[in-house]
Amino acid sequence: MTDIPILTIDDLSISYEAGKYAVKNVSASIKEYAITAIMGPSGCGKSTLLRAINRMHELYPDINVTGDIKLNEESIFDIPAIELRRKIGMVFQRPNPFPNMTIYENVVAGYTLNDIRLKKSQRDDIVEKALRSVTLWDEVKDSLFRKGTFLSGGQQQRLCIARAISFNPKILLLDEPTSALDPIATSKIEDLLGELKKEYTLLLVTHNMSQAARISDDSMFMYLGELVETGQTETLFTNPKDSRTEAYLTGKFG
Amino acid sequence: MGNILADNINRRSKRNKRFKGLIISGSIITVIPIFLIVINLIIKGVRQINLSFFTETSPDTFQAMTATANGEVIPGGIANGLVGSLIMVLLASALAIPTGLMTGVYLYENKKKRYASVIRSLTDVLQGVPSIILGIIAYIWIVKGVTRGYSALAGSIALAIMMLPIIVRSTEETLSMIPVQIREASFALGVPYYKMMIKVLIPCSFSGLATGILLSLSRILGETAPLMLTSLGSPGINLNIAKPSSAVPLLIWDFYNDPNMVSMVWSASLFLMIFVLSLNILSRSISKNRKYI
Amino acid sequence: MGGDRITKGLLFSSSLVLLLLSAGMIFTLASGAIPAFREFGGRFIFSSAWDPTPGKEQYGALAFIAGTMLTSLLALIICIPMAFSASLFVSEYYKGTRIASVLRSLVDLLAGVPSIVYGFWGFYTLRPLIMKTGLSDQGFGIFTASLILAIMIVPYATSLSSEIISMVSTEMKEAAYSLGATRREVIFNVVIPSAMSGIVASFILALGRALGETMAVTMLIGNANIIPKGLFSPGNTMASVIANQFGEADGLKMSALIAIGLILFAITALVNALGKVIIKRFA
Repeated sequence: MTDIPILTIDDLSISYEAGKYAVKNVSASIKEYAITAIMGPSGCGKSTLLRAINRMHELYPDINVTGDIKLNEESIFDIPAIELRRKIGMVFQRPNPFPNMTIYENVVAGYTLNDIRLKKSQRDDIVEKALRSVTLWDEVKDSLFRKGTFLSGGQQQRLCIARAISFNPKILLLDEPTSALDPIATSKIEDLLGELKKEYTLLLVTHNMSQAARISDDSMFMYLGELVETGQTETLFTNPKDSRTEAYLTGKFG
Repeated sequence: MGNILADNINRRSKRNKRFKGLIISGSIITVIPIFLIVINLIIKGVRQINLSFFTETSPDTFQAMTATANGEVIPGGIANGLVGSLIMVLLASALAIPTGLMTGVYLYENKKKRYASVIRSLTDVLQGVPSIILGIIAYIWIVKGVTRGYSALAGSIALAIMMLPIIVRSTEETLSMIPVQIREASFALGVPYYKMMIKVLIPCSFSGLATGILLSLSRILGETAPLMLTSLGSPGINLNIAKPSSAVPLLIWDFYNDPNMVSMVWSASLFLMIFVLSLNILSRSISKNRKYI
Repeated sequence: MGGDRITKGLLFSSSLVLLLLSAGMIFTLASGAIPAFREFGGRFIFSSAWDPTPGKEQYGALAFIAGTMLTSLLALIICIPMAFSASLFVSEYYKGTRIASVLRSLVDLLAGVPSIVYGFWGFYTLRPLIMKTGLSDQGFGIFTASLILAIMIVPYATSLSSEIISMVSTEMKEAAYSLGATRREVIFNVVIPSAMSGIVASFILALGRALGETMAVTMLIGNANIIPKGLFSPGNTMASVIANQFGEADGLKMSALIAIGLILFAITALVNALGKVIIKRFA
């Protein structure tokens, strides 16, 4: 684990309408090959912050962003969004495999959508590697050409993770990836994330602080749009410096 | 490697922009006709429209020829068409609205029965029947069978058949949107079925029902084909429904076929369009201001 | 509960009206058509003869079936890019904005123009344009009629398909965007495949409307009782020949026209039913 931050967020503010800020002057650095959790009560701006990192907010023209985010010293706003999103992947709260595509096609969907032609052997390799990384290979290797709708929620989510990592992105953003899943599927994915951090940097938004405590290396606590406190998870949880952090961790507000 | 990436990004960004441009131009092309039509109607049709336009019957070809030759406004108007349309629409409504409403309620109340889905399918089929075929039907049934000659009654029947499926469907759909709780509440109070229907269901869904009725009216006002086979047309105002009658669209057809009456065509059409448009706007504003559904 | 019984009886009887109406219509059309079928047999459908000379009357529906199919299908082809653009405009690119509702209202306006108004607008405006291109000396013909027909059915195709397109889930689109797809790529790879059956259904229903259109087509198609020779040659559709010739017809000719009406009824009913089935099954 290096200590050079792979992602720096620089005085970032995000507003939906004039004067209404969802994220206020957030600055942070994210370490590479680690799991950083962003946690906080509903409405604190954590998802909004996450979605700005791969510029998903640009899909909604009303959203205004000031400040900067740098990936490896380069501002994410300096390169085309469609290029950025190959370097930063995203997994969503509810599993969303493409229903008109087979499992195989879903995994390589990134390449298909980006109009990148691959030889069949290259595609096969990518599919197998990605599915193995998410421990789904053995479960689906015989049904690769079926549509993914028969998979369970947890399996679908792992498929979505496979799809996101098929590009070998530098960073994987996860927006409450287990909140729609049952506890067993959740724990499988938490284990998976622990493995994935060896090859990818993971930024995880979670509304479940115990999940943050279980699996993250660093944590960021947000409240009402502000980044209240950040640091190594263990330290943050055992010795919070801000009173708001402490109040949240002790369950005073959820 | 970087170049391949840059090319890919470039190519796709360009394609993306071009496609958006294509969609925007396609959309503009799609709506250009409506502008052209409306502008044409207004420019060419306003001349003829004055009070006598509505109160006088249609001119004959000689009058029209002299007026055009002298560069004057053609005398006469569309009164015979207005009265004819009014009579036929009223008669058609009297037939179609109660039947349509009741059938709609029946379908709503008996959703699960097989018979109801048969009726529903028949309604859908009926809605898609070309209006000229309804003209044939009304011709055979009424012109040959009842009035022994072209008549406003035949025209009304054809129009009524056109209105019916629209009212049935919109009634059923509107009623389906009433929350179940309202029905249950009135049943729980021991209210008899027909009272609930009259005092609760219908008032609640009034705006939806009204919208459906207005929709069916705007549909039939512009119809020409079935009337050509049934009410045929008449030069004067005719109040006897067993005799041929004029109607606004029929007049437009007559004017169109007579080269001397060209400007009447535009004016009559302008009037018709404004009328139909107002009905549409009215029905839309009713559905926006719905209190319940 | 007498009142209830009466009410229920009343409601049921009104539903019977529809039943009897439909049965009556089919019966009337069929019995009116029988003389023609008895005289010409099945050949009626495949013959393009149309000779009303008394003594050697020959009637056949083929010319008009061809006219209807040609104009309607051509109209659909012309309508597809327009309806597609308008639907994507309203449900994708400018979804939820003011300009999208303006466009939607404008397209809806197209549906409010009576057929006869389209007819003479086409006569006075489109016909000279087509004559100018030199492809047709009178300006009447299959192409002109199809063009007008296309404009007339655009609102029907657009309203249903834009509804279906706007129902495609945001999550799916976001997943595609997050993989680096451009808007166009999301539309072609995710939105359209998702909405495909609804889009197809909307075009089929638009086709159903085109098949039955009478006035505008009558005024622009050239009233020639022949199988159209080319795109710009005149012809007649089933609806327009009835409109043109029913008034003075009697006897065998009227029966032939009624038979044509029956065929039109059947084709329209089938196409509409197909569209509805597709919607129910897949959307």
